[in-house]
Amino acid sequence: MSLFEFLNRLMGRQKPSGTQARERLQLVLAHDRSDLNPELLMQMRREILEVVQRYVEIDLEGCDVSLETEDRVTALLANLPIKRALPRPDLVNGSAAIQGGGPVEVQDKQAEPAADPSPEPASEHALSE
Amino acid sequence: MTTPAARTILICSGKGGVGKTTLTANLGIALARLGRTVAVLDADFGLRNLDLLLGLENRIVYTAQDVLAETCRLEQALVKHKQVPTLSLLPAGNPRMLEWLTPEDMRRITALLAQRFEYVLIDAPAGVEKGFSNAAAAASEAIVVTNPEVSAVRDADRVIGLLATMNVSPVQLVLNRVRPKMMVNQEMLTVDEVSDLLALPLLGLVLEDEQVIVSTNRGEPLTLSDKPSAAGKAYRNIARRLTGEDVPLTDPTRERKGLRARLLSKLRNTTGLF
Repeated sequence: MSLFEFLNRLMGRQKPSGTQARERLQLVLAHDRSDLNPELLMQMRREILEVVQRYVEIDLEGCDVSLETEDRVTALLANLPIKRALPRPDLVNGSAAIQGGGPVEVQDKQAEPAADPSPEPASEHALSE
Repeated sequence: MTTPAARTILICSGKGGVGKTTLTANLGIALARLGRTVAVLDADFGLRNLDLLLGLENRIVYTAQDVLAETCRLEQALVKHKQVPTLSLLPAGNPRMLEWLTPEDMRRITALLAQRFEYVLIDAPAGVEKGFSNAAAAASEAIVVTNPEVSAVRDADRVIGLLATMNVSPVQLVLNRVRPKMMVNQEMLTVDEVSDLLALPLLGLVLEDEQVIVSTNRGEPLTLSDKPSAAGKAYRNIARRLTGEDVPLTDPTRERKGLRARLLSKLRNTTGLF
């Protein structure tokens, strides 16, 4: 078969439609089964990346978040190549803030804008309070 | 519910026009000719057609609706097939009444049938809405019919998902309107691909066969006679497998092609010349 495909590609011919049908169905069934439309999946992907990016620097080009199905079990597969870990000493403080309450939280607030200019800290606080 | 002896089998597909009713009619006749007592229940009361395929459209007086309303007895509503008297048809309702049927109604009527037949085949309506779930409520197992086409497979998958939430088991697959030649040329989803995608065991596959149209024109299902026809043979095999007999599935693409034809198609595929 691979020789076939190679020759076909050589002559600029399309994939056989049966193969296309299978590939399209694999994708659409995974979405149907999980009840997630592509838009929701994109949103989830964005949010996952956001969370991961707080901890490590990832290669955004090489990221792949998708649904795959085998034997009626759908799994969310995320392949996120890590470039390096972020130096974030405030993370320890952050968790301390949740446990320790008031005074430490102030310290947390001061630390965060320096390390992360995005609006995320605000939402983090909303969660911890 | 039903007596444990009877098997209540839902025949469904999601998409319309894939061959649910044809399968129900042929399977009913084939099972009856194997010596089983069979009732076929047309749960597609909005658009009922099972009577037409069985050639019984002129003999319907009462429906399941009348039985439930106790305006007639079950025996009066059952339409016995003349040539195969072990098969009876019960239409669920008539097209003018669209709202009467509830899951409880279906359970009651199926329970009545299960008391006197070994097999109760329930022909489900197309779709995944109320009509389908009503029909499914009364079944303990299911056969999902589909064609090797993207829309049919997708709809079948929806139905399979619903059946999984309704405790219907086992659910088996019948692949209808198979064209071996197109499969060999990879221009059609193959049998294995469909059963893998849907993750269902294959109960049978039915080749595309003009005789199906001829037989529906006449109201005489193919399984009524022993005339050789690809689809008729497939339906008979499905019936035998359903009774527990071990009838091996044949690969349609192997059976069909001789060596010369295979070489030719290979040549055709690679060169694209002729």
